[in-house]
Amino acid sequence: MWVLLGIAVIVAGFALRLNTLLVVALSALVTGLAAGLNPVDVLAAFGKAFNDARYVSVVYLVLPVIGILERHGLQQRARTAVSALKGATVGRLLIGYLLFRQATAALGLTSIAGPAQTVRPLVAPMAQAAAERQGADPDSDRVPALAAATDNIGLFFGEDIFIAIGSILLMKGVLEGFGIEVEPLHLAIWAIPTAICATLIHGSRLWRFDRKLKRESAAATEVQP
Amino acid sequence: MIGLNFVYAVGGAAFLAFALLSASDRGNPKRWGNAAFYGLLATSFWAGDLLGDIGNGVLVLGLVAVAGFKLMGRGTRATTTDTEREAEAKARGNRVFLPALIIPVVALVGTLAFKYIPAVFDSKQVTLVGLTLGVLLALAACYAWFRPRPLTPLAEGVRLMDSVGWAAVLPQMLASLGAVFALAGVGEVVGGIAQGIIPDGSRLGAVAVYALGMAGFTMVMGNAFAAFPVMFAGVGMPVLVGIWSGDPIKVAAIGMLAGFCGTLMTPMAANFNLVPAALLELKDQNAVIKAQIPTAVPLLLANIALLYLVSFL
Repeated sequence: MWVLLGIAVIVAGFALRLNTLLVVALSALVTGLAAGLNPVDVLAAFGKAFNDARYVSVVYLVLPVIGILERHGLQQRARTAVSALKGATVGRLLIGYLLFRQATAALGLTSIAGPAQTVRPLVAPMAQAAAERQGADPDSDRVPALAAATDNIGLFFGEDIFIAIGSILLMKGVLEGFGIEVEPLHLAIWAIPTAICATLIHGSRLWRFDRKLKRESAAATEVQP
Repeated sequence: MIGLNFVYAVGGAAFLAFALLSASDRGNPKRWGNAAFYGLLATSFWAGDLLGDIGNGVLVLGLVAVAGFKLMGRGTRATTTDTEREAEAKARGNRVFLPALIIPVVALVGTLAFKYIPAVFDSKQVTLVGLTLGVLLALAACYAWFRPRPLTPLAEGVRLMDSVGWAAVLPQMLASLGAVFALAGVGEVVGGIAQGIIPDGSRLGAVAVYALGMAGFTMVMGNAFAAFPVMFAGVGMPVLVGIWSGDPIKVAAIGMLAGFCGTLMTPMAANFNLVPAALLELKDQNAVIKAQIPTAVPLLLANIALLYLVSFL
């Protein structure tokens, strides 16, 4: 049971706002010591695993390509593509953005959109403007929070369809540890059913959000004739 | 034979370039921290197999020291302004997406085709080789189209790398933490607790404990990367694959996504949940999490149903 102390270290480290790499290293040390290993053996085990897991960091090779494309207007072009989603309602706009985010993440373009790249400058204000036309409270957190949530959901349940994303490579490595050789493509294919469920579940929530706003504004007009 | 050695050679070269560009960036007061961090990663890619286990451990301590003592800063190399980019975006149109699309297309084609040329390509690493070749081809296309100075793509790469900073190695660190957890038997302890909860002879119970454990553990650790090795070793392999003869590929793939449902519900995943709330200046820092829970919970149930329905075919 003592080996679970490493998990407590992670929680405590987060609560104390320590640097996450430091917390991870401390957690490894505490876990190893609790299991009766000596510190040098823990260091060696961590070092070996780090070396074996280098493939996870290969994804950063794409940054020079994305960087030079950004220099030549990639993000601005992505914004144009998003603003072409001229849905009259917040629900339709965010459903369009959800599909855009899932599709691009599935192609490995995870960093062309995001909270800083698209949500703050574009999706949140567009959604808020649409919601206000539908009678929503302009001061509420509800619509911008929903825009940020839609971005995360589109990213998470799109990126695993791309065969060279970190999580797919991690699964490949863990399965190899059990002596199971697997093609990343086969793991990626099994991300598709969940991606479809995510589209349906979140999409229907967004669709119902429009109806909810309509009901709310109808109720509000009844109160103040 | 072209395999991981080729991938790591290119990766090491990229990080060495990042290190040299950081070291020569006089405007960044923390340039030596950045240079040390990227230099250590270049060393890892190029010489990791020669360093020995303890040597690699010391290398990790170096990375942790640079991050822990906050020695990294943002580079100051000039890039284009927003106005210039708007003009470029107008002039280049949607063709600007094409070089980016070369990467997934080559990675996919490589995955499917390279296997049939085992004399040239290591058949176990075709995806990573395809990805690396895709990046090199996309870079070649960018050089041909934009005619930048030779170092410009690398400098733009450093700009993005700096914005990721020390968090770049977090996935690799969490994967390594998972390995230490496995060595220490955390998987067995968690698996023992989880298996104690599973009702005897219940396949649905086993699936539910696996998926809920993946999501719950992800919520504690803040990242599915750390939870996956533990829950897969603790419940996925011994119970779903071992006892119920599930397909390990489906159990792994859908289990990871059950973990992602946990990521949507935890403040520990600060970069996804708290940072956007701050960026959008929301009054409630947990507003994004609250907006995600009504999707995450049914999606987690959908993953349990999927695991139950497709893993044992």
